[in-house]
Amino acid sequence: MALEDLCHFRDIFQEDITTERFSINLLHFYIPEVEYLDESPIQFAFPLPTNLPFTSSQTVPLPFPMAHGTTTLAFMFQGGVLAAADTRSSCSGLVACPASQKILPIHSHLVGTTSGTSADCMLWKRILARELRLYQLRHSRRLSTRGAAKLLSHMLHPFKGTELCVAATLCGWDGGELEDECHDHEESAGTTKTQKPDLGMTVGPSQGSSFTPQDSSRKARLSGPRLFYVCSDGTRLEGMLFSVGSGSPYAYSILDQGVRWGLTVEEATSVAREAVYRATHRDAYSGNFVDVFHITSKGWTRRKREDLKEEYYREKERQRLERKTQHDILRANTSIYSQCLAMPS
Amino acid sequence: MEYLIGIQGPDFVLVAADNVAASSIIQMKHDYDKMFKLSEKILLLCVGEAGDTVQFAEYIQKNVQLYKMRNGYELSPTAAANFTRKNLADYLRSRTPYHVNLLLAGYDEAEGPGLFYMDYLSSLAKAPFAAHGYGAKRFILNLPSFTVRLIDKDGIHDMEKLTLSGEMARPMKATFYPAA
Repeated sequence: MALEDLCHFRDIFQEDITTERFSINLLHFYIPEVEYLDESPIQFAFPLPTNLPFTSSQTVPLPFPMAHGTTTLAFMFQGGVLAAADTRSSCSGLVACPASQKILPIHSHLVGTTSGTSADCMLWKRILARELRLYQLRHSRRLSTRGAAKLLSHMLHPFKGTELCVAATLCGWDGGELEDECHDHEESAGTTKTQKPDLGMTVGPSQGSSFTPQDSSRKARLSGPRLFYVCSDGTRLEGMLFSVGSGSPYAYSILDQGVRWGLTVEEATSVAREAVYRATHRDAYSGNFVDVFHITSKGWTRRKREDLKEEYYREKERQRLERKTQHDILRANTSIYSQCLAMPS
Repeated sequence: MEYLIGIQGPDFVLVAADNVAASSIIQMKHDYDKMFKLSEKILLLCVGEAGDTVQFAEYIQKNVQLYKMRNGYELSPTAAANFTRKNLADYLRSRTPYHVNLLLAGYDEAEGPGLFYMDYLSSLAKAPFAAHGYGAKRFILNLPSFTVRLIDKDGIHDMEKLTLSGEMARPMKATFYPAA
């Protein structure tokens, strides 16, 4: 690219490859480098001695793994992917924000639930969104969810062992636009040469021209719902059901018995809401509201945020009514019984 | 606890790995595959710290495939094992050591079957049988299923998954006490 040559960009890029073990970012945008963690904030006038205990690379090991104070969950079913999360942000024992957003949309067909440090999650989601948008502009197709998960995992890898804490599930729908481009090409091939973009970048249509059965099955496998769990300790897993956070054991208990492939959208939403509600009922670090996002081939849709306090009172009311009807039935039965006893034989 | 086991026979190597991907106390996945295919007849089994396993194993995998692309023939299991050990050793005294335990199993036309044991301190030993982890049935973190694969002169074969309801539930008496 001409601008790169003008700015002698490649020289800077080349020396980065040889010095760094990971060349995680292809262009020099600002991605937080590991070395900046060693800088002290008071180091503006004079350099500090290096043997001060500010360097974060040798932290004291935690006595047990810190749970991320939240409940987020996501699962796949026949209607796409469903993601749900609570909205409580806690900060060493107090509720810092009762209405935070833990499910952040990344692009039209990809949503990420966040768990861990709120600031880290928000920053890395924005960086991921930027990198995915750049990929889309360069290659004229969206990066798959698997690729996005791998990209996020590789971006977080240099920070392993530091205090950075991000545990996200990426929920997305892949591959819709490959089929659209194939259709466009077939239509335009039938007519006379209409205006094709003169960029020399025909990625989708040129591949779709040789439309063998293998290609169609490959496209069928490539497109569809996808769910990945990415953690800052390096874990990257693909699956059908994930729940992350301190409330996840409680959520898992509801999800493991309630989630099936054949659920309808309403049933899936109610299972997700119930799971978050149960987790917030018992876990101190989860609570307040529940957000539910649904991802289909047309993109993500968001349900109105619901207050779980209302859910709690609704359930109490239901239990009260149930007890009342049971009590009435019991009284009716005993009165019939006593009437039978009282009848002369 | 993650578990790997490998057994070398006269003309094959049998390897098995558990299928659990756990995150502290929660089993996140029950069907996780810990075997990485380096080439047509070499498998790398990798357990250890969460992100290090996949990063290191994929790095080795891609480099072995690159060797084949550049030179036109594949690395032998011995060469692949020594390459892996060298990489582990190089990173061991850097700022970012990889905490992974490995088994490398392969079949070579000239040398026959080979099973190599490597651990996170980059030791390497060729052994007729080897294991990593603690795979007892009564351990609190139970391992319900294992992926089993066999490598012989025809390549890598998938075998039936071992589950608790299948093989292991059979009473052991029949094998220990011979018929009178």
